[in-house]
Amino acid sequence: MTDAESELHHFDRRMVWAGFRQLAPISIFVTLFGAAFGLAAVQTGLDDSVILAMSALVFAGASQFAALELWGTQVPLFTLMITVFAINARHLLMGATLYPWLRQLPPGRRYGVMLIASDANWAMAMQAFNRNRPGFGLLLGGGLALWSFWVAGSWLGIHFGSAVSNPKRLGLDMVMGCFLLAMVVGGEKNLRMLVIWSVAAGASLLAFRYLPENSHVVVGALAGGATGLLWKEKARES
Amino acid sequence: MNLDATGAGALIVVLVMALVTLATRWGGVFVMAFVPISDRVRQFITAMSGSVLVAIVAPMALQGDAGARLALLATAVTMLVLKKPLPAIAAGILAAALVRQF
Repeated sequence: MTDAESELHHFDRRMVWAGFRQLAPISIFVTLFGAAFGLAAVQTGLDDSVILAMSALVFAGASQFAALELWGTQVPLFTLMITVFAINARHLLMGATLYPWLRQLPPGRRYGVMLIASDANWAMAMQAFNRNRPGFGLLLGGGLALWSFWVAGSWLGIHFGSAVSNPKRLGLDMVMGCFLLAMVVGGEKNLRMLVIWSVAAGASLLAFRYLPENSHVVVGALAGGATGLLWKEKARES
Repeated sequence: MNLDATGAGALIVVLVMALVTLATRWGGVFVMAFVPISDRVRQFITAMSGSVLVAIVAPMALQGDAGARLALLATAVTMLVLKKPLPAIAAGILAAALVRQF
């Protein structure tokens, strides 16, 4: 590891604020998505305080929507745990991919910044690290932006939800998909990456079709990672 | 095991969800502490980081309606041309919204 690279894990208040501002525009879409969740949760019959607690403490949209599907007068706890774990298992991979930089932080900060890791801020942080730029300001500041807008959106949905009663019609269900795809396309492009992505996509689709629900992200990511091992990148000049 | 989703029961459900999610946010970091970061491991996780994104998006394109597919296409094209994420995302959402009006 070069000297320049070993400084990449540093972050301070200014970088966190910069990360917050960088993720703020996308967070506006997150607000609308949160509002859609708030409304759906009200319609499912959850109390306002439960909805806000869920958005604040769980902070993982897809799994929260899935929980609504299982919600009734009784909630099957074990099924819910499995579902939430499977949908959020991608966080395991995010933590692992950030580890080369996370390990240089003291444990408190290391686990602290991961508290609000989610798709968008992780993708931004990872892209920064891959370009030899510091990324934890983006992870933490961006995460704070996403979190606060998500909670605020949920609150709006509870009280003014009918304005976004049909988020799909407005294309809002595609916010995360489009964001993540933009990150892929904006990343490093060469034949090796193209092959890795193709393998990941193929494995994900096969898992989606034939394996248990929600396993496709982990399967696709591991397949892509294994491909990267087989076709090694030439050592970077440092 | 079923839990009453009324009163305190609902909050317990939320806490359980929060703990499971926290375990996923911390678990990967925790496990990696026991894996020496060799060159091979680095190759694996770099390749995996892009693959996570691809693996999330691929089924959206396959399973999605015309709106979803056009949204992803618009995002990819805009990103290739302008190289800026925000216009790319906006183009995608706009594409989906337009298609779904009909």
